[in-house]
Amino acid sequence: MTRSAAILLVLVAAYAVVPLFSDAYLLRLGTFASLYAVLALSWNIVGGFAGYPSFATAAFFGFGAYTSGVLQAGGLPLGVSVPAAALASFVLASALGAVLLRLRGHYFAIASLSLVEVFRELVNNATDLTGGGMGLNIPLSGSSGVLQDATFFFYAMWAVLLATALMATFVGASKLGFGLVCIRQNETAATMVGLDTTLYKTIAFGLSACFVGASGGIYAAWVHYIDPSDVFDILYSVKPIVMALIGGLGSSLGVAIGAFVYLALEEIVWRNYIQIHSGLLGLLIVVMLLFLPHGLMSFRGRLLRRIGRHG
Amino acid sequence: MLAIQILINALVLGCLYACIAIGFSLVWGVLNVINLIHGSFVVLGAYLGWALYQWLGLLPWYALLIAGPLFFVLGYGVQRAILNRVITAPVLVTLTLTFGLDLILNNAMLYFFKADYRKLILVPPMGQVSLFGVVVPVDRLMATALALVLTGLLYLILRQTRVGRAIIAVRLDRDAAVLMGVDVRNIYAVAFGLGAALAGTAGVLMALIFPISPLTSDGYLGKAFVVCVLGGLGSVSGALAGGLLLALIEGIGSAEIGPAHATTLSFVLLIVFLIVRPQGLLGRRGFE
Repeated sequence: MTRSAAILLVLVAAYAVVPLFSDAYLLRLGTFASLYAVLALSWNIVGGFAGYPSFATAAFFGFGAYTSGVLQAGGLPLGVSVPAAALASFVLASALGAVLLRLRGHYFAIASLSLVEVFRELVNNATDLTGGGMGLNIPLSGSSGVLQDATFFFYAMWAVLLATALMATFVGASKLGFGLVCIRQNETAATMVGLDTTLYKTIAFGLSACFVGASGGIYAAWVHYIDPSDVFDILYSVKPIVMALIGGLGSSLGVAIGAFVYLALEEIVWRNYIQIHSGLLGLLIVVMLLFLPHGLMSFRGRLLRRIGRHG
Repeated sequence: MLAIQILINALVLGCLYACIAIGFSLVWGVLNVINLIHGSFVVLGAYLGWALYQWLGLLPWYALLIAGPLFFVLGYGVQRAILNRVITAPVLVTLTLTFGLDLILNNAMLYFFKADYRKLILVPPMGQVSLFGVVVPVDRLMATALALVLTGLLYLILRQTRVGRAIIAVRLDRDAAVLMGVDVRNIYAVAFGLGAALAGTAGVLMALIFPISPLTSDGYLGKAFVVCVLGGLGSVSGALAGGLLLALIEGIGSAEIGPAHATTLSFVLLIVFLIVRPQGLLGRRGFE
């Protein structure tokens, strides 16, 4: 295990102490931090390792939310419906990935973006099952209080984060991760040396959707009400990319830190400028892409250069 | 009777779709950038058309003459100041950057115009005519005709003018164009400006037909995606073919399986086309 992978796992493990403060606001923020880190780490498998510009995160987030939501509305407990959502997301993403990952560059980006639209419209129109545009109410799980409830969902989301971090660490250290990096650097050459690129990409896409689906399932139970325009919001696809760009593409530790930094920025903007928060978010994206092309790592380079100059 | 109605509607809508998509296609083809602000440019154009009529009583056909140059300057500036800096970056960066710009523009429109739906209503109304036993409003026909004119204008610019030839040269082979003395950064900005001008003028025409709201920008952008993929990138005829095909499929789909499924149908078609025929109906393989 590399040093950065170890730091990531220690960081995630240490993060479990948040409920000790028993502050409802902090718990809510912590749950969102876990959710964002899950999305970013998952996206990094396809977007960072394999270098495929995927905008499909929102599709599987929404799919997971609805799968688990419908199952819970049907009376199944959270412990069954969330793993079911994860499994269904994995299977669906693998099947779709086998077809879609034949496309490259812009064409793949457009196709994955369209996936979100297709899923949203399908859920919108399947009124009998999902409630359509009316949304879906998810029954309250028998809770004993606001704080207990918040703690429960914090740990549920944290568990998904831990699983995602373990998965990302495993992928990074395995032959799969190595193969994905080869695909990013030169897919044709990777095929030439006998790498089954389609299989690798398909597994990567499935893995990247699996925990996103699970986090969507927990999100649905957490907020008790979901509707298509909420959970299939294209922002769920773009935010993980921004987080990964903040933290540095391809590095799991960097991406996880990027997710936390992003959440902090978003919370400040959201809390103070509700009317123009999406515009400020856009400004943040533009400024970062123009001036910090390597995310926070740009600072490190600058710092090192400065030290080098003086020392 | 229904068949003729669907056909005429498809012709009218198809030309408008083509007009929206052609600027998007130009930018994608020449700059290799998927321009996510395109939908918001269309909406901004619609607001301009609405405001000019509401406040100055200027009819939309004349508003086109103002919207065109205005949006060209806007697009040229955006490309020069922002997008040219990252033009060689991977897809992910340019795509995310235009998404960020779109968030800014869309939020600004929401802030200033609110999310209420507005409608440009001509007083007195232009009435309607009967074509082959099918009733069509005259303002829609005018919008369609003007959309065709705008599309034709772009074709002429690309074919007949020096700058147009340079745009095509850059699209075909960027490096060779540089060697022939073409200022690529300027050409990128001109192409983006033309794309924005087409989006803005298409928006003015849209104001005549559809309700105006910042929330509609995603819909326009989605149409541009589908038309580009169906018809093939970077050619005027491809966009026309794609626009007509999309309008026809939406029309038939709405009539046969219900209007709720029209969007799903068009996006499923997009994915199928991407996989089976990524060069589009009229695109040439290896032209990229």
